[in-house]
Amino acid sequence: MSAHPVAPELREVAGPSPLGGGWRRFFSLLWLMSATEFRRTYFGTVLGYLWSLVRPLLLFAVLLFVFTQIFRVGHNLPYYPVLLLLGIVLYTFFQEATSSAVTSVVTQEGVVRKTQFPRLVIPISVVLTASFNLLLNLIVVFVFILAWGVDPTWTWLLFPLPLLLLFVLAAGVAMMLSALYVRFRDVAIIWAVLAQTLFYATPILYPLGKKGLNDPSIEHILMINPLAVIFEQVRVWILEPSAPTAAEAAGGPLPLVAAGAIFVSVCVLGAWIFAHRSPGIAEEL
Amino acid sequence: MSVPAERPLAIQVEDVKKTFRIPTKRVDSLKERAVHPFASRDFRELRALDGVSFEIHQGEFFGIVGRNGSGKSTLLKILASIYKADAGRIRMAGRLAPFIELGVGFNVELTARENVILNGVMMGLTQRETRGRLDAVLEFAELHDFADLKLKNFSSGMLVRLAFSTMMQADADILLIDEVLAVGDAAFQQKCADAFHEMKAAGKTIILVTHEMKTVEEYCHRAMLIDAGEIRQIGDPAEIGRQYLRLNFQPGAQAEGGHAGEGVPAVAEGASLVDAWIEDEHRERASGVEHGEEIRLRAEIELSRDTIGVSASFIVANADGVGLFQFSAPIRGADGSGRVYAGDRVAVSARLANPLAPGRYFVHAGVRQDQGEGDVELFVHGAVDFVVFGGERSGSLLALDHEVEATVAERSRS
Repeated sequence: MSAHPVAPELREVAGPSPLGGGWRRFFSLLWLMSATEFRRTYFGTVLGYLWSLVRPLLLFAVLLFVFTQIFRVGHNLPYYPVLLLLGIVLYTFFQEATSSAVTSVVTQEGVVRKTQFPRLVIPISVVLTASFNLLLNLIVVFVFILAWGVDPTWTWLLFPLPLLLLFVLAAGVAMMLSALYVRFRDVAIIWAVLAQTLFYATPILYPLGKKGLNDPSIEHILMINPLAVIFEQVRVWILEPSAPTAAEAAGGPLPLVAAGAIFVSVCVLGAWIFAHRSPGIAEEL
Repeated sequence: MSVPAERPLAIQVEDVKKTFRIPTKRVDSLKERAVHPFASRDFRELRALDGVSFEIHQGEFFGIVGRNGSGKSTLLKILASIYKADAGRIRMAGRLAPFIELGVGFNVELTARENVILNGVMMGLTQRETRGRLDAVLEFAELHDFADLKLKNFSSGMLVRLAFSTMMQADADILLIDEVLAVGDAAFQQKCADAFHEMKAAGKTIILVTHEMKTVEEYCHRAMLIDAGEIRQIGDPAEIGRQYLRLNFQPGAQAEGGHAGEGVPAVAEGASLVDAWIEDEHRERASGVEHGEEIRLRAEIELSRDTIGVSASFIVANADGVGLFQFSAPIRGADGSGRVYAGDRVAVSARLANPLAPGRYFVHAGVRQDQGEGDVELFVHGAVDFVVFGGERSGSLLALDHEVEATVAERSRS
């Protein structure tokens, strides 16, 4: 069976930690948990995957109708429907990943309280599962994009970069909220409201630029939101090279610096809060 | 049992302390915290472990016993890196199985196969290693035909079998086990016992936390009695067992002499004691039993919640509060299974030999969960009292039937 040396040496036990048990175990657990959960949700039942696809598509259909037929926001933008779809799918990822992460540590209470478990795996695996779902949904989105007549450009190759940033941001929020939720149960409600607000503070429904919002002062302010920067850049790289880039919309370096600072501090603070609180989580549950 | 004392250390615990801070007024939301930023953050301190030190050698089976709330589970959780110790140092040699309870990481929505793999990885194996052992695990659990069945469709017996064999596959050097031996049917229990003996032979170190003194005496080289966060004694399992029983039935704080008094329900959550009495042979209530005559104890218990696997247990204690004898019986439901429902009335009837010396005695009655922490559903201190009369008054606790001779065997002087 095991090939241990005859007498393993005494080594200090460090106590609970977010990574507990080494990197190898951390990553295999992370991968296994996300993959199993993903398989379970989307392949366990036929409806599982369909449902995950139907939700953003339904939202898309409603918003498309409202904003092209009633408010006529995007009537002079040829790509508005696919822009809307892409934005909704990306934001759905962010919202689902973060809001299911909030309660994740509490949901996995048994594991936290009764095993020595790398606790960071729990919120991150939720975000990872959501990313698998996102990748699947993006295939459908790209079919739409091509069918709409958008020409592929070399900038499509840059797409992984904003996706990565979105993942990191979601992970930062997930770490922060899942650790806080153990102690403060209203975090879930607060985040639900905040996430809704963020949706409107991100240029998804209303495109920026002359043919869209056409209000530079508001656009400058919007660019403080890291999500807005990511989404605007995706729009330029994937759909409309002529649309204002994040830098153009920001009108100067200041909003972008602010967005960068917010991005970094959310991630650092999230990691710090999780690292700081996770050793005591088992006792608080 | 021999203690492999000359072997190298597997676990060294030095002066470990743990205090839980229990807020008297808990602030549960950010809103409250924001509204009352300076609200009193009073808390009560609960000292769960107060400077615990001990050493365990490699290949040793070490039992930890103690009452509920004695700190033994906290100690186990600190050893398993689930809780963080406030002070002290713990050192270990070799790989520790990170579970303290069977089947913890199981996800009922996944199949047996997926769960075994997930659990294996939790225990620090690679996916490949786990896959390699999958067959052996399912074989041991006798669940080969159910590998692709979701756990939610498993019976509880199947679950326990799967959990136990999953734990065995971890091949860890040190195992922490919290009350798991009484699992499955008799055949599987035998299998578990064999597995334990095998592990013992293979030189694994095992820490066993249990209420079952029988288990401790059967498997452990040494045992430790822990009470109120402190180590009472470390030593021979049989001796620890006696100490434990003594401690258990001598309710520390409330043991004031022997006046146990009327039935005072100390704990009553899941059951209540309707009545308890002593009967004579004509089924009449009696207040005394003659020495040597059978003690007939009757009790009626009403359950107040649905549960499974509970036992009615009784302790006979003398006037000094020393527990003399404990006995219990699993409560069987109307259908013969262990499942019982709120509102069920349980009739208990027991007959005991009476070797008791003349004097006054009390019977404490309780209902206890068989599994897990052995949670107490009900404990009535001094539910019945009775007098034993007749026989010799010897000043000792028991008067046993005996044969004794004392004759001069040799003469040195003629």
